Amino acid sequence: MFGKLTIEALPFYSPIAAGGALVTVGGALLVAIVLTWLKAWKYLWTDWLTSVDHKRIGIMYVVLALIMLLRGFVDALMMRAQQAMALNSGGYLPPEHFDQIFSSHGTIMIFFMAMPFMTGLMNVIVPLQIGTRDVAFPWLNAVSLWLSAAGAALVMVSLVIGKFSTAGWTGYPPYSGIEYNPGVGVDYWIWAILISGVGSTMSGINFIVTILKRRAPGMTLMRMTPFVWTALVASVLMAFAFPAITVACGLLALDRLAGMHFFTNAHGGNMMNYVNLFWIWGHPEVYILILPAFGIFSEVVSTFSRKRLFGYESLVYATAAIGILSFTVWLHHFFTMGSSANVNAFFGVMTMIIAVPTGVKVFNWLLTMYRGRIEFHPSMMWSIGFIVTFVIGGMTGVLLAIPPADFLMHNTTFLVAHFHNMIIPGVLFGYLAGYMYWFPKAFGFAFHRGWGLGAFWCWIIGFYLAFMPLYLLGLKGMPRRMETYNDPTWQPYLLVAASGAAVVLCGIGCMVMQLYVSIRDRAKTRDLTGDPFNGRTLEWSTSSPPPPYNFAVIPTVGDREAFLEMKEKGIAYRRPAAYEPIRIPSNTPIGVILGAFGFVLGFAMVWHIWWLVLASGVVMFAAVIVRSSNDDQEFTMSAAEVKAIEDQRFRLLGSRS
Amino acid sequence: MLDPKGPIALAERNLLFDAFSVMMIVIVPIIVLTLWFAWRYRASNTKAVYTPTWANSVRIDALTWLIPTVIVIAVAVLLWRSTHRLDPYRPLESKEPPIDVQVVAQDWKWLFIYPEQGIAVVNQLVFPAGRPVSLRITSDTVMNSFYVPQLAGQIYAMAGMQTRLQMLADQPGTFVGRNSQYSGGGYSQQHFEVQAMSQADFDAWVARAKQGGTPLDATTYPALAAKSRANPITYYSTVEPKLFDTIIDKYRHSGHAHSAPVRR
Amino acid sequence: MSAHEREEIETHEQRALGFWLYLMGDAVIFALLFATYAIMIPGTAGGPTGKELFELDNAAIETVLLLVSSMTFGFASLQVKAGNRGAVLAWLAITFLLGAGFVFLEVREFAGMIAKGAGPDRSGFLSAFFTLVGTHGVHVTMGLIWIVVLGAQVALKGLSMPVASRLHRLGLFWHFLDIAWVGIFSIVYLPGLL
Repeated sequence: MFGKLTIEALPFYSPIAAGGALVTVGGALLVAIVLTWLKAWKYLWTDWLTSVDHKRIGIMYVVLALIMLLRGFVDALMMRAQQAMALNSGGYLPPEHFDQIFSSHGTIMIFFMAMPFMTGLMNVIVPLQIGTRDVAFPWLNAVSLWLSAAGAALVMVSLVIGKFSTAGWTGYPPYSGIEYNPGVGVDYWIWAILISGVGSTMSGINFIVTILKRRAPGMTLMRMTPFVWTALVASVLMAFAFPAITVACGLLALDRLAGMHFFTNAHGGNMMNYVNLFWIWGHPEVYILILPAFGIFSEVVSTFSRKRLFGYESLVYATAAIGILSFTVWLHHFFTMGSSANVNAFFGVMTMIIAVPTGVKVFNWLLTMYRGRIEFHPSMMWSIGFIVTFVIGGMTGVLLAIPPADFLMHNTTFLVAHFHNMIIPGVLFGYLAGYMYWFPKAFGFAFHRGWGLGAFWCWIIGFYLAFMPLYLLGLKGMPRRMETYNDPTWQPYLLVAASGAAVVLCGIGCMVMQLYVSIRDRAKTRDLTGDPFNGRTLEWSTSSPPPPYNFAVIPTVGDREAFLEMKEKGIAYRRPAAYEPIRIPSNTPIGVILGAFGFVLGFAMVWHIWWLVLASGVVMFAAVIVRSSNDDQEFTMSAAEVKAIEDQRFRLLGSRS
Repeated sequence: MLDPKGPIALAERNLLFDAFSVMMIVIVPIIVLTLWFAWRYRASNTKAVYTPTWANSVRIDALTWLIPTVIVIAVAVLLWRSTHRLDPYRPLESKEPPIDVQVVAQDWKWLFIYPEQGIAVVNQLVFPAGRPVSLRITSDTVMNSFYVPQLAGQIYAMAGMQTRLQMLADQPGTFVGRNSQYSGGGYSQQHFEVQAMSQADFDAWVARAKQGGTPLDATTYPALAAKSRANPITYYSTVEPKLFDTIIDKYRHSGHAHSAPVRR
Repeated sequence: MSAHEREEIETHEQRALGFWLYLMGDAVIFALLFATYAIMIPGTAGGPTGKELFELDNAAIETVLLLVSSMTFGFASLQVKAGNRGAVLAWLAITFLLGAGFVFLEVREFAGMIAKGAGPDRSGFLSAFFTLVGTHGVHVTMGLIWIVVLGAQVALKGLSMPVASRLHRLGLFWHFLDIAWVGIFSIVYLPGLL
């Protein structure tokens, strides 16, 4: 009846595991109680969970990302504490718990923090920047969101029922195979990734079509904002790289479920094929994450330097070049697998070639700041911090791209420091810059600057404290993922690294305070104009938050900095003689239903509850057929309703001046 | 690693330093310029030049592509040459004859087989200083990575396959070797002692191992290969011939061994 | 042309492009499964090889069924343009039967191999074979369900713009499966036997 699931799966075997479960369950209960107390369930359901509005979907993505950031960061704190303590001792964690933590930390931060954060920002901003009313496939967009949430929920549930994988976020076989890992941990990992991966592939397709087909009149490709360009390239990578991880994890699942021999040691299996498949996705994934962050930096640097972006064409070509090259470098993740010198050297050189367009981008941001009027908004601070820190990570990346040097540093904490050096200042700082930049646009009130600056300083100082020691430890030959160690010279570095994590914790505290203070003071800090930063691009031309239809009249674009040009020409706030009715996609519960049953399906697969697999599969199938047979998926907002909303907006605009 | 004790590790480290220095030519100016521009062109400094629409310059554009290209070409040349020179499959050039050692990764320990001497040791790798050591590496469990930071760098150990690594210690000394690829519960304690000694000491060490240990053959091997943690150094006085090949073949089955792209 | 009609055409174009992109992603999946199969051909682990297992006759009949079904789907598409509801339904039904015949032959082949002890758990080679060919078979089965669903829509709603648009995408899908099968036939069955 319940497959492999028994009462043993509950985490009463160790106080720390039980504590993790308690926090998870308690957190969920707390949210439920608050919602009930606020009588907000109905509002949540009708206005949010069933919404197909790209802005709301984007906000929900970011909320998911921030929750998972907290979870992933707790993992990080626990790891740093363990390594700081574990000289010649077991540390404070029960055996094999550390292994679950480093596996869930990586999995969460990549798949359930960075991916939803990026997709969320793209959702909120891309349609606004290209001057359209929604994405090409609004319903599919909701399905993508809820499948991502289902994957995240599977990872969270593994805290309470059963255990998570110990095979690291890359899940290399044969260790992750059934022979060496008979428990459910790896299955949780596989199904979380497979289910959310379907969502990511569909997001990629959705945004390619949206950007290619739904731009406002006059917005040629070379008038698209840098963020839209990077979102386009990242979407292409998503659509074509995610199938590779679907294949890698799918075949691993077949090995585990059906006794197949794709990656087993014996019976003709070939583990090296998994490593290739994984990184054929894995390397483009790095650029899926970082390109949109580059786009955000480009927007932010230009806005807060009060200056046109330098070398737009170069940036566009560099973005496209990075997108193509990202598919040609995957082997650099395993120079140490015994490939010939020619193969290793080829992939090493390809890797370095990527440094060229990346370097071009850095110069362009620098030259945009040059002779500007720089305002130190938190988003600008994230950008400056990014440039300074990221070039260090780029440099260590080039070092690792030299195969013989990689033989020394592969699998050490040097590697760990390197990719955190790309992902934190590169990816996360970019998203946080975007989050603080576009917050007023999404919600209609200011985001507190002081706490934002506090968050920045804590994050960047914490970053240096946490990861510079890891670079040095890697040079001393410390491998990654060590639960204990016996070299007393390592401990001082690990203590400093732990203190860095503590400083980052202060940064996260500042982020919480920033949200609290901003929401508390929202009545005083309303953004009446929709354009709080003297913006240059179309998202600032509409109100904050934008109306359901984004633009009452679809704008006509005459320049790369479309809104700035309109303001200069004095046509930015011109009203039409009459409004027209607007068709808007109707809300539907089918997205959230698919997500819920996607979660059930994954859970049933993990625990081998076959009847439930079948049942949830049938429900999902039926839901898709019902939805896809429905011809009437939109409603019409009348011209009078549009006019009423616009009248209100222009009254507010007028009251300001 | 910053303190290499053999020519391979030294060459790899020097390569690291060379590439590092080349890149500093561009990294340092970028960091300095970023901070300087941020300060110089701050909004409150109204004396600074302000050119809000200056966004294009063919010459500067060309320069932004040219500078990284030149640096990358320089490092790429370094990369191509060094990758071939330091190919771990390429035997070291030396007047001394190389010593062969076969390495088997197990849960969670390392077995070193000396085919010429006919002995085997767990968790200790001993060889004469000044003589090249030619390693053949496989795994009798999940993927491991054989790693000696001060002498050789690392390479994966995979079941049913053989990888190779060369090393050489200039002087006698004791070093640490590890597995760097997470492999389960005993991974953190899966390290071994590496000792380079004089030829005479090495011969004496071999003689002691021959006297002191038990034989390693088809009957004693399974007990050794079973999971165990933090194993002490253990000697085996004799080794079944071809044990290393047997361990590899076990995963390859009759006749149709798959043609792993790993070179022998 | 009214604004509403224009919107409908744009919607159709966007969906067609989106579906093309999906098919290209699916093609990546097939490409990687093909590559995996090619790598694993030697991984028979002492078990049977393709030469010992594959029957060219069966694969040839499957090929004919699928290619002809693509043609009959083409006829259905022509009748959609002509607005001939009955003919569309008839051609869809024939396409369905041909596709179902294909799936039947494939399932029979699989069952025969498993009965001989040559199931997907026998060796890496057979894992790769069953997964590659089976993935295609699952796609064809999905296509069959889709034909039934759209057949019902044609019968109930007629050849409206949204229904015709869906039939167009089903056609892309069905022809794509043909191409994938030609790949399987020439990479799996032919070299396995020659």
